[in-house]
Amino acid sequence: MKTRYLVPMILLAAFLFAACGNGEEDRRADRRPAEAVEIDPATAATAVTTVHFEGTAPDPQRISMAADRSCQELHTEPVYDRVVIVNEDGTLANVFVYVKEGLEGKSFPVPGEGAVLDQVGCMYTPRVFGLQVGQELIMRNSDATLHNVHASPTANREFNIGQPVQGMENTRTFNQEEVMIPFKCDVHPWMSAYAGVLPHPYFGVTGEDNGTVVLDNLPPGEYVIAAWHEEYGEQTQRITLGESERQELTFTFRSDPA
Amino acid sequence: MKTSGRLDGLLFVLFFIIGLIACIWYLIRHDPGFLPLASEHGGFIDNLFVVTLIITGIVFILTHVLLVFFTFRYKGNGNGEKAFWYPDNKKLEIIWTIVPAVIIVALIVWGQVGWAKIFHTNPPDDAFVVEIVGEQFAWNIRYPGEDGEFGRTNPELITRTNPIGLDRTDPAAEDDIVVLNELRVPLDHPVLLKLRSKDVIHSVFLPNFRVKMDAVPGMTTTFSFKPTVEGEFDLLCAELCGLGHYRMRGYVVVQPMEELEVWLSEQREMN
Amino acid sequence: MASEHAVGTVEHHKETFISKYVFSYDHKMIGKQYMITALVWALIGMALSWIMRIQLAYPAEQMPWLETVLGRYAEGGILAPEYYLAMMTMHGTIMVFFVLTAGLIGTFGNFLIPLQIGARDMAFPFINMLSYWTFFLASVIMLLSFFVESGPAAAGWTVYPPLSAIAAAIPGSGAGQTLWLLSIGVFIVSSLFGSLNYIVTVLNMRTKGMTMGRMPLTVWAIFIAAILGLLAFPVLLSGAIMLLLDKNLATSFFIPAGLYIGGELLSYEGGSPILWQHIFWFFGHPEVYIVALPALGICSEVIATYARKPLFGYKAMVASLLAIAFLSFIVWGHHMFVSGMNPFLGSVFVLTTILIAVPSAVKVFNWLATLWRGKLHFTPAMLFAIGLVSLFITGGLTGIFLGNAPIDIQLHDTYFVVAHFHFVMGAAALFGIFAGIYHWFPKMYGRMMNNTMGKLHFWLTFIGIYLIFFPMHFMGTTGVPRRYYAFTEFEYTMQYGGMNEFITIAALITGAAQIIFLINFFGSMYLGKKAERNPWNATSLEWTTDDPMPGHGNWKGEIPMVYRGPHQFSTPEGKEDYVMQSDNTGFEGLEREN
Repeated sequence: MKTRYLVPMILLAAFLFAACGNGEEDRRADRRPAEAVEIDPATAATAVTTVHFEGTAPDPQRISMAADRSCQELHTEPVYDRVVIVNEDGTLANVFVYVKEGLEGKSFPVPGEGAVLDQVGCMYTPRVFGLQVGQELIMRNSDATLHNVHASPTANREFNIGQPVQGMENTRTFNQEEVMIPFKCDVHPWMSAYAGVLPHPYFGVTGEDNGTVVLDNLPPGEYVIAAWHEEYGEQTQRITLGESERQELTFTFRSDPA
Repeated sequence: MKTSGRLDGLLFVLFFIIGLIACIWYLIRHDPGFLPLASEHGGFIDNLFVVTLIITGIVFILTHVLLVFFTFRYKGNGNGEKAFWYPDNKKLEIIWTIVPAVIIVALIVWGQVGWAKIFHTNPPDDAFVVEIVGEQFAWNIRYPGEDGEFGRTNPELITRTNPIGLDRTDPAAEDDIVVLNELRVPLDHPVLLKLRSKDVIHSVFLPNFRVKMDAVPGMTTTFSFKPTVEGEFDLLCAELCGLGHYRMRGYVVVQPMEELEVWLSEQREMN
Repeated sequence: MASEHAVGTVEHHKETFISKYVFSYDHKMIGKQYMITALVWALIGMALSWIMRIQLAYPAEQMPWLETVLGRYAEGGILAPEYYLAMMTMHGTIMVFFVLTAGLIGTFGNFLIPLQIGARDMAFPFINMLSYWTFFLASVIMLLSFFVESGPAAAGWTVYPPLSAIAAAIPGSGAGQTLWLLSIGVFIVSSLFGSLNYIVTVLNMRTKGMTMGRMPLTVWAIFIAAILGLLAFPVLLSGAIMLLLDKNLATSFFIPAGLYIGGELLSYEGGSPILWQHIFWFFGHPEVYIVALPALGICSEVIATYARKPLFGYKAMVASLLAIAFLSFIVWGHHMFVSGMNPFLGSVFVLTTILIAVPSAVKVFNWLATLWRGKLHFTPAMLFAIGLVSLFITGGLTGIFLGNAPIDIQLHDTYFVVAHFHFVMGAAALFGIFAGIYHWFPKMYGRMMNNTMGKLHFWLTFIGIYLIFFPMHFMGTTGVPRRYYAFTEFEYTMQYGGMNEFITIAALITGAAQIIFLINFFGSMYLGKKAERNPWNATSLEWTTDDPMPGHGNWKGEIPMVYRGPHQFSTPEGKEDYVMQSDNTGFEGLEREN
């Protein structure tokens, strides 16, 4: 090759190198060599977790839907930002309960069905939810106005999807374990949701009728169970489950953490 | 070299005439014009626009008539016949340099008179002050409350329920009222807008009031005007700020001061 | 004044495919490379505008084929807002940098300068070759950005930080924006290589007798545009590097403290978003003229040629080019009247800005005077040049609205601006490219383009451009903002639903009409009638070259000497209706010394 082609050739090579390098960017997180877990129903254990609340719940703030007339039209009653929901039996709703430690190195099948985050009446439904690593998250806009689903994870890749049309659905998956990932709609700053992403199916969220989460079909062993609430943070408890054992746990969140 | 061209000359004439008629028809039929005016200084802007439109309209039609007429009239036969030898004319060129310059300087001077009224005049001390803090994709509107002073803000205090990071320990912040997307201003009373942004550049655009000013993060910009019409109007974002830019909608309500004060006290109770 | 380089031959080495068509040193081939690359980019840019137009005309309508074409940018057949903005950003970037800058000054600067001033090649052929290939590299980097996960840059072609600097602010500000900045950086290097070459070649390589005052208007325009490029582009380069650092290495040139984005307080401190705007527009406004001046130059030359008249007021035309160029460096603030810049500064910029109307008006009047009592030949090149005059008038006059600050309060960032710059910078410059291609195609490829197809192409394009962009003035006057994904959110913008549909249909048809041009262009390359040496009876030196055009070196024999000014049509003393610059009639005593 003549020397006068050297410079362009170097440029070309540099470019090709850059192009190839770009392709590599997509590499997935290292998958730990996982032993497939087969759970024997005969020995499976159960942790029944109930979350209580003590103290006085803060007054819910009223959301001024007047900020967006297309949202306002969807509501006849005043809407409140219900961060702390205390049920009649004194339990606390919207607490994410999950197995935090004790399942390392085990792998679980990913459910084929996706988790759904819906946007109805300019609010997220559900407000707190969980899904598995690799499981599809289906985000649906049921309103006839623009919402954007702006997820701000730290371990996973951030995304920000605009959904201008009613009925639109977008799907994403998370490749890393992460508790919790906040979701926000930038158009409606009051909208907020949280998702817990776990590599196993042992999680649940306390409801407005029932402050209990049943983690069943667990292999016997030692676990750390955690309960997370967006206002009051996370609490953990260590338990040991014997074969076919059923244990009850209680978490208590206090409004005044004295 | 042979080129046909009678048709081209004719097409230029036709296109110009039809285009002009279409324009006039559209103007009459649809009256696209300005949005209804609702501020004092807006009248000046509209007048300046109309006068500029008339001047440029005359120039547009004049130059196009010449252009179109020349193309229609001076077709050559392509046989090498000579055109009129006319390489320059100093006097003519000086005239058509100076005349546009004079017209243009007149427009500038007139424009600057208005510009000075809008920007180089301090708003009166009793102006109704509102702060607008843009964020993706909403407007946080803050009223200073009875003390007429805005309390301290600190971005570290920003939460979902405290969108502008108001420092409630500051006594001036106690009666501050923060609402979302609802800008209410008093009728026939000077208003001073103070604009800030939490994230990217936004631009507060009140088309009926002929008001537009960027809200730039890291600094405060201002715009003062006087609303002259009661009613509800639009607040838009005019600087690309992200995917929700096109519907970063706010509502402007102009109402008499007394009604506005009632509304403000209601908001204070809710806040 | 003439340089000694002008005479003598370029060393002739054996030509291989690579040396002739790929890494060619020949300015003619490099010009063609620029042209073809720009043509490809123009098609991509146009396709992007179609996608935008379809979204604006039919918002919220599910179009499954859109997902087929765009994939994840249009999940469920609806173009997502963040990708609409990405299409818009890329449309602007591609059109301004790769089509109008590279396609105009790159094509004609390279192809014409040596031919018109009588030189065998550019001053630095190797740098010239590098200039094209760095442009190519920039093109490839930009193209790559379409394929990164978060999509291409989406903060507008002006990439205002913080939106462009923070990935959480808009998806395109991730890897897409980084690639954008890299691509533009590389493009600037290419552009500087080019400008340097044009300037040095014009100053040093003119043939004997070719004084500066005898250069054709096109060369003057390109020369001045190259000076603008040399002074303006480095400013953008430094800005782009700073933005790249802000984006990826957390410096704070343009980003102030206390930014709260995506639910997080950012750690930047001390920068100013306005600083970027000053830097960008200090480049951005001269850039408008880097694009426009060559088009105006081509227009002047083409009009004189086909009107068979000398260009009226040659000196005034050159002077007005210089005046526009000078003023273009002190008007950038008119993009920032309501940016938060001190309003007093705004007053100064109003004055300088509107003054540009004066030399612009001189140009228009001189063109009209050139047409007056001419013998007009309506070739496609002439039609495009006349069209350019019309577009330039329309776009120039709307500049008087926008340049007057109080009016700009209302019109800034509305569709009035979109209409304005598409007329004066977009369409006018595009017409300059078309006029140039139709005019010089015989010299480029030794064949004629089809006249009828050329005319059809002109009429569809000319009418189409008015139908697309003229109605936007009405929208802008009412206050419809630009860079909106849909006009469905405000009552007063909704009234333009029908008009948006109309504009979209016009855009689709006008775009489709460009197929006529493509067929004509590529077809004529192989099937066109063989061109004579000087098919238009033009006067400048390129038409003295042998036919077919010799390879590297341009003239087989000696380079002709120049005896008179350009554009000498219908002179009273001439036998024919044109006298070539190399015609020595009346100067027989003036023999060349060497």
